[in-house]
Amino acid sequence: MSSRENILAAIRGITIEQKPLPEIPEFDLPGDLVENFIQSILGNKGEVLSQVEFESWLPSMQSSKIISLSAHFSEASTASLPEDPHKLEDLGLAIIDGQFGVAENGAIWVDDSDLALRALPFITEHLVIVLGRENLVETMHQGYNRIGDAKSGFGLFIAGPSKTADIEQSLVIGAHGAKSLRVVLV
Amino acid sequence: MSHPENASEFLKDQAKAKWHDETLWFVRDKRDRISKTIPEWEELRNLASGIKDNVLANLGSYLEDFERNALKNGIKVHWAKDGEEHNQIVLDILQKQNCTAIVKSKSILTEECHLNPYLEKAGIEVVDTDLGERIVQFLNQPPSHIVLPAIHLKKREISEIFHEKLHTEKGNEDPYYLTQAARHHLREKFLAAKVAITGVNFGIAETGEFVVCTNEGNADMGVHLADVHIACMGIEKILPRRKDLGVFLRLLARSATGQPVTNYNSHFRSPSPGKEIHIILVDNGRTAQLAREKFKNSLKCIRCGACMNTCPIYRRSGGFSYGSTVPGPIGSILSPGLDMKKHSTLPFASTLCGSCSDVCPVKINIHEQLYEWRQEITKTHGELGKGLSMKLANGIFKSPLAYKISGNLMRAALKALPNGLIYHPINAWGKGRDLPETPKESFQQWYQKNRS
Repeated sequence: MSSRENILAAIRGITIEQKPLPEIPEFDLPGDLVENFIQSILGNKGEVLSQVEFESWLPSMQSSKIISLSAHFSEASTASLPEDPHKLEDLGLAIIDGQFGVAENGAIWVDDSDLALRALPFITEHLVIVLGRENLVETMHQGYNRIGDAKSGFGLFIAGPSKTADIEQSLVIGAHGAKSLRVVLV
Repeated sequence: MSHPENASEFLKDQAKAKWHDETLWFVRDKRDRISKTIPEWEELRNLASGIKDNVLANLGSYLEDFERNALKNGIKVHWAKDGEEHNQIVLDILQKQNCTAIVKSKSILTEECHLNPYLEKAGIEVVDTDLGERIVQFLNQPPSHIVLPAIHLKKREISEIFHEKLHTEKGNEDPYYLTQAARHHLREKFLAAKVAITGVNFGIAETGEFVVCTNEGNADMGVHLADVHIACMGIEKILPRRKDLGVFLRLLARSATGQPVTNYNSHFRSPSPGKEIHIILVDNGRTAQLAREKFKNSLKCIRCGACMNTCPIYRRSGGFSYGSTVPGPIGSILSPGLDMKKHSTLPFASTLCGSCSDVCPVKINIHEQLYEWRQEITKTHGELGKGLSMKLANGIFKSPLAYKISGNLMRAALKALPNGLIYHPINAWGKGRDLPETPKESFQQWYQKNRS
């Protein structure tokens, strides 16, 4: 017998009382949706900018390599997307569109269709996600309802910049992924 | 070595032991505070526990669903009955790729299977990429905590090993400086690796996808730059539906570190064009644990580490004192199932205070299982000394005269007992304890004098 059959046979040989799969109720989040989302991002050590604030910040990045996949800021790119993600090694800034944000924890959903290269939001030194104010949901439950049965090969909730506290529990922003996250609410 | 022996080793550095205790309590406190901000917290725990009950009762069919859907999505699925077979599967994939260096993100399962030494023996360089794991790897140590692998180390020790391995400035202990040094060092490894290994937090039966959560972004840096992604998953990590993730992702990070969610929560459904994803489904004692009615619920564990942070014994004895891959209360109910003899002292490394069960996000009755393991272990190993004293006590309690005489004798004996007998290295009882002051008379004598 293969290990697969061995394992499945071992499980089948065990009688366990049947328990129904619980239904998950709708939990909501009290308070203002936008304000809750902003507080969550700030708590995760990200920043939230308006479109005007973003446009006045962007020139400070002009000396670095920028790739923008955002429909809102398509002219911001200073480099084109390579085929090989290793070539993103010196990327200074990536600007992408987020599909929706979750107010309770600041998690923003993106998938293959927003990323082009899956390494993009990690390998870039700084990350900007552009998100429509109308695309905020209260909790993760509404978030997964929104994803539904979407079939993207890769999807991801990003909630903040890369961080670690592995040295004496001191919080350090900028471990292996992007060193900063700015969310532009439009 | 037994848990008490290892713990006394840890407690030799009292200042560090105190720091360890306080730091983990700080994490526990963060967990408490954030859980109180969610009015439905207890309902979420009930839901998570209920979903896992359903998983354990239908594990076989969910695994088959998961496999069928993953295959449909272009993921290669492997099954391993134990750690040895798991390691062999990994090595086979690496050899097919002519790969001699890999990057690996945090995976308790690969620790459990002892993958690193196995691959290193075969000439493969394994680089752990989680900062805490890289630190302990430099020191040739295992992680001492499943979420905070280097929690037993002070920044001075980390600065010293980084100076040696990464040539950082001698004496520079700044966590930001040290983290940036690791970032630069590991970036080279990420860019060079052809194969990346990750663990799995959740596998979804209905979609065939799996989810990996990190804060550092190291798992994604590895897999998206590599040609081949190998994901190692214990068979109990299955969830039935994608929407179940809503419940579990709300609980996981809040329970683990007191943060609302991990910063990266990646859902892998199919490989990028031209790349490969392999998933290895590992048993390694899990079906045996499932068959143990009293202990099967330990398989609900989502490896958040909350039970460690709250445990008065873990905080004061350190992860290494347990001598098992998963330390702390949950480890003490998982490990005896793998090797009861080796881990026979672990279920006794608890005050049975129940705090572990109170914080567990999937409501495992950890302290009750610890108590159950004690019964099993005592049944199997027996305790000659205790058996004898019980028989003696039985004789004394049967006869009022024997009871009276023995009481007088004991009061005299306790006073006369030489200190050397109590505070002796082989008498564990005397460690940190004093004998009570002996009363001058028995209760009966006192009663006759004062009340009759």
